[in-house]
Amino acid sequence: MTVEVRDVARRFGGLAALDGVSLSVAEGEFVALLGPSGSGKTTLLRVLAGLEGTDAGSVRIAGREMAGVPARERGIGVVFQHYALFRHMTVFDNVAFGLRVRRQRPSAAEIATRVRRLLELVQVPELERRYPEQISGGQRQRVALARALAIEPRLLLLDEPFGALDALVRKEVRRWLRGLHDSLGITSILVTHDQEEAMEMADRVAVMERGRVVQLDTAAALLREPATAFVAGFVGDAARLPCAVRDGAAHFAPLPIAPVPVALPDGPATAFTRPGEMLAHRGDGEARVRLVRDEVEGPARLVVQAGPAVLDAVAAPGEAFGRGDPCLLSLRGAHVFSAGGARARAG
Amino acid sequence: MSASTRPAGRAAPVRAIPGFPATLAITLLWLGTIVLIPLAALALRPLELGPAGLLASLADERVLAALRLSFGGALLAALLNLPLGLLLAWAVVRLRFPGRGVLDAALDLPFALPTAVAGIALTAVTAPNGWIGAPLEAIFGWKIAFTRAGVVLALMFVGLPFIVRTVEPVLRDMAAEAEEAAATLGATRAQTVMRVVLPGLLPALLTGFALAFARAVGEYGSVIFIAGNLPMLTEIAPLLIVIRLEQFDYAGAAAVGLAMLILSFVVLLAIELLQRRLRRGRR
Amino acid sequence: MSGAFRRAAQDPPWARRLLAGGAILAALLLLALPLAAVFTEALRRGVPAALEALREPDTVAAIWLTLLVAAVTVPVNLFGGLAAAWCIAKFDFPGKRLLTALIDLPFSVSPVIAGLSFVLMFGARGWFGPWLEARDIQIIFAVPGLVLATLFVTFPFVARTVLPLMAEQGRDEEEAAATLGAGGLQTFLLVTLPNVRWALLAGVLLCNARAMGEFGAVSVVSGHIRGETNTVPLHVEILYNEYQFAGAFAVAALLALLGLVTLAAKAVLERAAGRRAGGEA
Repeated sequence: MTVEVRDVARRFGGLAALDGVSLSVAEGEFVALLGPSGSGKTTLLRVLAGLEGTDAGSVRIAGREMAGVPARERGIGVVFQHYALFRHMTVFDNVAFGLRVRRQRPSAAEIATRVRRLLELVQVPELERRYPEQISGGQRQRVALARALAIEPRLLLLDEPFGALDALVRKEVRRWLRGLHDSLGITSILVTHDQEEAMEMADRVAVMERGRVVQLDTAAALLREPATAFVAGFVGDAARLPCAVRDGAAHFAPLPIAPVPVALPDGPATAFTRPGEMLAHRGDGEARVRLVRDEVEGPARLVVQAGPAVLDAVAAPGEAFGRGDPCLLSLRGAHVFSAGGARARAG
Repeated sequence: MSASTRPAGRAAPVRAIPGFPATLAITLLWLGTIVLIPLAALALRPLELGPAGLLASLADERVLAALRLSFGGALLAALLNLPLGLLLAWAVVRLRFPGRGVLDAALDLPFALPTAVAGIALTAVTAPNGWIGAPLEAIFGWKIAFTRAGVVLALMFVGLPFIVRTVEPVLRDMAAEAEEAAATLGATRAQTVMRVVLPGLLPALLTGFALAFARAVGEYGSVIFIAGNLPMLTEIAPLLIVIRLEQFDYAGAAAVGLAMLILSFVVLLAIELLQRRLRRGRR
Repeated sequence: MSGAFRRAAQDPPWARRLLAGGAILAALLLLALPLAAVFTEALRRGVPAALEALREPDTVAAIWLTLLVAAVTVPVNLFGGLAAAWCIAKFDFPGKRLLTALIDLPFSVSPVIAGLSFVLMFGARGWFGPWLEARDIQIIFAVPGLVLATLFVTFPFVARTVLPLMAEQGRDEEEAAATLGAGGLQTFLLVTLPNVRWALLAGVLLCNARAMGEFGAVSVVSGHIRGETNTVPLHVEILYNEYQFAGAFAVAALLALLGLVTLAAKAVLERAAGRRAGGEA
């Protein structure tokens, strides 16, 4: 199912939760909506599900305009953040619910067959007689997924589905869920604030900021070519360094970092570097090495005190440091954004 | 408004859960017919008397005495119920003793017992030949039934569970940790109760006081049996309404009713303001 | 010597004994004694005499009338209360707080004032009095008046007990039901209602107890016509004022039993609801 969101706005009181958001998702794609809390990702998901109205813009799903189509008629599978399982129903009845409320309800035998098949699919066939409060968080999540899949949706929406799981279970469930998406051939949209999760699971990641999608790209492209300073800062653990561009180079004074060439007009700018892009060289400078952590492979990781700032760096190839050693800093690469929003790759 | 800039058909908010217009309509119809329209009649009817007539109708000695008894008695009963309700809530939440479960259930008795039954029961117990009335009269010469003391007793009976049931959940949720912390800081048990526990219960006690008062002011069934209903002495305001209605003095009855509503509103508002000051003070 | 250890949040043993003793004494004097008095007075001349008093034609008529009034008012307030709880708990709209406060209003209005309001509307000299009289419709001093007054005083019970629970349970399950294709009525009957069933039952019980036991409001609109507009509590008053104490207390004992049964049922319900909340395992 394709999803086409164009210029959708949604205000709550004076607050714009969605501010002209656009997004398009292809058939069979797995897209993650990634952003900090308050960026509108859950609101967008609720708009798609028909749980929230819009003030402006259009939403088309499988080519059909969705304005005025209530949630119950959309046939979209939703896995809620806290699963929203019906607490007074057994796991079996939860999964069967979507089949039983249909206008043409299947026979009891057929419902039973389908529920059992779904519970096998999500690998919890033994739980059917239990109540939601009697099973673990991971099991609840699988049941919620089975319940959403029972109505045979072509589009699956997942709202922070791993939030309640502990780290170990989370990793495993992610891979399994991605595999399920591929084998069912459905379209999936996942809301998350965890970039690792988004990048691992999704074909493309839509980064959201203040009610808009600022970039929709593959994980590699987001890291390689962040469209805005916000994306560069939000994705990939980047350090943010204020700088000034003069004569085709970024200068970092008062930070003791060597200038790097960059093709931007003169003026104030911000550079974003990922860990590993800041190199420490031996030499007498203001900067002092505070901590050294030797790695099994590759260069040692350093924490460097540079004037008032504390920076992460790695030792330049072939050099070794001890605690308290003076050092010089240089950048192997950085994304630099001028105050006007122009972007260039430095180094 | 920005509504005009919206595309057609988007003005109405989407509600994910159906049924809002229907249930709101039912609620308003139900509330309007059963509660609001009748109360509007009560508010408008005394106006027939005109300002002077209204004042004359209320300035009557007998009316003033009845209002004084209803409000004074309700305030006194709620006040007396504060320590009593606190004791009972404490016993139910904090103490373990045989019969605690029965006591807990029995505390709702005034809620569940029809007021007329409570009225004749309290009268039977406190009458000069009653189980409590006889010894009290014999030993101290005190009378409860057919005096103002009886009125206050009946009002205490109907108001007690309000205080117990508002204090109880707060006491239950109050973490033992705060009391344990006070103990580690060197407070004696009495200091802990006075400085940590009671201040924490104060808002709930006030709420319970307000509820008990509101109930007692309008109470009728349990009072009229025990009061003796002597004009100027033990006649409560609701009884005066009944008497005026029996004389077909509708506007006069409505005037007393309206005065009662306004007065209790003022008292409840004062309690609410006190609550707010308490809340602000403890931020 | 584990018994000697006293936790910091516990009172000393003497204080605990004193408090427990005081609580029991207070409950005995204020609650148990009056209740015991009702049954003692009722049975003073033996069980057969008490039963005989209950078989008086006027008493029987009063019992039927009370059942009729409750049978009309409880379903109306159940329906209205559920609609109000659903609408307030599951939706946001301007004026929600005011609406919630107005639903509670009957609890802080004297029952006598409630009765009075209906007399002011439908009484002989009420707003609609002449109109009703011209059409020979009697509301005050008749069953419709009793029903209206009882509706007023029992108005908040169902909404009050169900609303907090419904609000606490949020909207997640209803929204999930909507995405699964359930309609409004299906969602309400299959998802919302089962989640509040114990609270709902408790609310209905309390509503019924009050409807059957109401005195002040119905006293104003009844007219006290024996065998016609006398409910059971009003009948107690008449018998009592005629110095037929045995009969009065026999009928009162019947009402007290209703109260006790309601209390017991409520305790059972609360235990059932608590068990659910505490996990079914």
